[in-house]
Amino acid sequence: MPLLHRITRKGHAAIAFQLDGEPCEGRAGDTLLTAILNHGEVLRRSEFSGSPRAGFCQMGACQDCWVTLESGERLRACTTALAPGMRIVTRQGQAA
Amino acid sequence: MNGRPQPLVVGAGPAGIRAAQALVAAGLRPLVVDEAPACGGQIYRQRLVPDERSARALYGSEAEKAQALHRDFAALDGRIDYWPQALLWNLRDGIADIAVGRANRRVAYDGLVLATGAADRVLPIPGWTLPGVFTLGGAQIALKAQGCAIGSRVVFMGSGPLLYLVAWQYLKAGVDVAAVLDTAPFQAKLNLLRGLHLAPMVVLRGLRFTAELRLRGVALHYGVEDVRIEGQERVAAVAWRQGGREKRVACDGIGYGLALRSETQLADLAGCAFCFDKRDRAWLPQRDAAGRTSVAGVYLAGDGAGIAGADAAERAGERAALALIEDRGLPHRRERAAALERELSRIGRFRELLETAFPFPAHWVAGLSDETMLCRCEEISVGEVRRAIGQFDIGEINRLKAVSRIGMGRCQGRICSSAAAELLSVETKRDLDTVGRLRAQAPVKPIPLVLVPADLPREAAE
Repeated sequence: MPLLHRITRKGHAAIAFQLDGEPCEGRAGDTLLTAILNHGEVLRRSEFSGSPRAGFCQMGACQDCWVTLESGERLRACTTALAPGMRIVTRQGQAA
Repeated sequence: MNGRPQPLVVGAGPAGIRAAQALVAAGLRPLVVDEAPACGGQIYRQRLVPDERSARALYGSEAEKAQALHRDFAALDGRIDYWPQALLWNLRDGIADIAVGRANRRVAYDGLVLATGAADRVLPIPGWTLPGVFTLGGAQIALKAQGCAIGSRVVFMGSGPLLYLVAWQYLKAGVDVAAVLDTAPFQAKLNLLRGLHLAPMVVLRGLRFTAELRLRGVALHYGVEDVRIEGQERVAAVAWRQGGREKRVACDGIGYGLALRSETQLADLAGCAFCFDKRDRAWLPQRDAAGRTSVAGVYLAGDGAGIAGADAAERAGERAALALIEDRGLPHRRERAAALERELSRIGRFRELLETAFPFPAHWVAGLSDETMLCRCEEISVGEVRRAIGQFDIGEINRLKAVSRIGMGRCQGRICSSAAAELLSVETKRDLDTVGRLRAQAPVKPIPLVLVPADLPREAAE
């Protein structure tokens, strides 16, 4: 079950993106964190213990929500707006 | 402006907006740098796109203040330089390095107003890294800025005015609030009544939040201890002890915070002297009533200089700008400055009372279990830090950082440093003010590995 529950913007324009190879839809106005956690329950795994992480502060302070694009680019999910066609990797081992 | 570089305002929350406005009124053209895509700071943060909610639904009783700030900042268009989504990551000798996208812009400034704001203060608790646990501020941002709830059955816990505000906002949004866990005993809240004459609206609003939460059947628990978050891949429940009894409630989302912690890294890089603040339990940059620091031309305003809230931030931002204007030898509004200082003093007295109503649970620190993760970034446990303190006979936090790596992760101690200082103080039986503070390092936040220098047209700096 997704971690977040959308209350508003349910009818806003859909934005297609890929999450670990699966086609997904976000909504106009989503951050990456919002888009991903409305589909799943994890953003990344700790590099040390492999424990699941899904952000914490949502204001760019804790740096716990970095995700990786297939291109290798790393983005802070809570402060990055979702853009059409983003290919996001959250699974362990795939992140460069 | 007779060849002098422009003043630099860091942060476009309530303090930064009012500072910029006052500088413009004095005929100056400040550069305003802010990390967010739109002005407002955290408290008056704007949505990325409009949604079906009104400003009233979004900001509640503070809607008019939020709208006034957004409107007033928009009205400065053309009279300020404004760089949103920009990270000021280094400061030295009147030069700032600012990352904008993949470019680095180096600018000279003459006069610096730091309005860097605050973030939630936390102590580590078992399970706090699990998906579904967010800070109170984070839970509020999810709801206000993104229109999302952090769960379908949510517990809010900790201390500070935000605790009841966020719980109430979730209730109003139709989310099932499973419980509110307050670290302080109920009696502490009675201190608020003494603040009725200082800030009647704030006190009454707080009473209304708790009354409505109770009326809607939300359990309010006071004096909670030994809090543990349970779950494997995500939050499943929270357990705690209260008056000697074990309690537990199932939930799939948690908002947690122990009031706020000032963002002081840039003041440190600017060379400001710091002093220990007993109320905030933190080292804060020194400033006078006007916001002047120990460094000529550097001013502080808002929660980044000590926690006082949004109303104080607006006034402190304007006051600091008036000081900058005066120090620049320009005509300034002496009476306005005095009135602002009087209001700040009144809010400060109320802030003292708030602290007695929402005290920091310092007594939790000794009881932290060794297995609890203290540093989220590098997964350093409370036990590892305790052992480092004992093994190397450490009494100073930068030494502790060197041997334990605490504060060295990618958040640079934003999340763990206050907890690490509390732990060091308890373990060594030293007063909190004697264990020191983590020195700030540039870059103050992660920046792209490759930043391309951007040469600005000369006009931009004039």
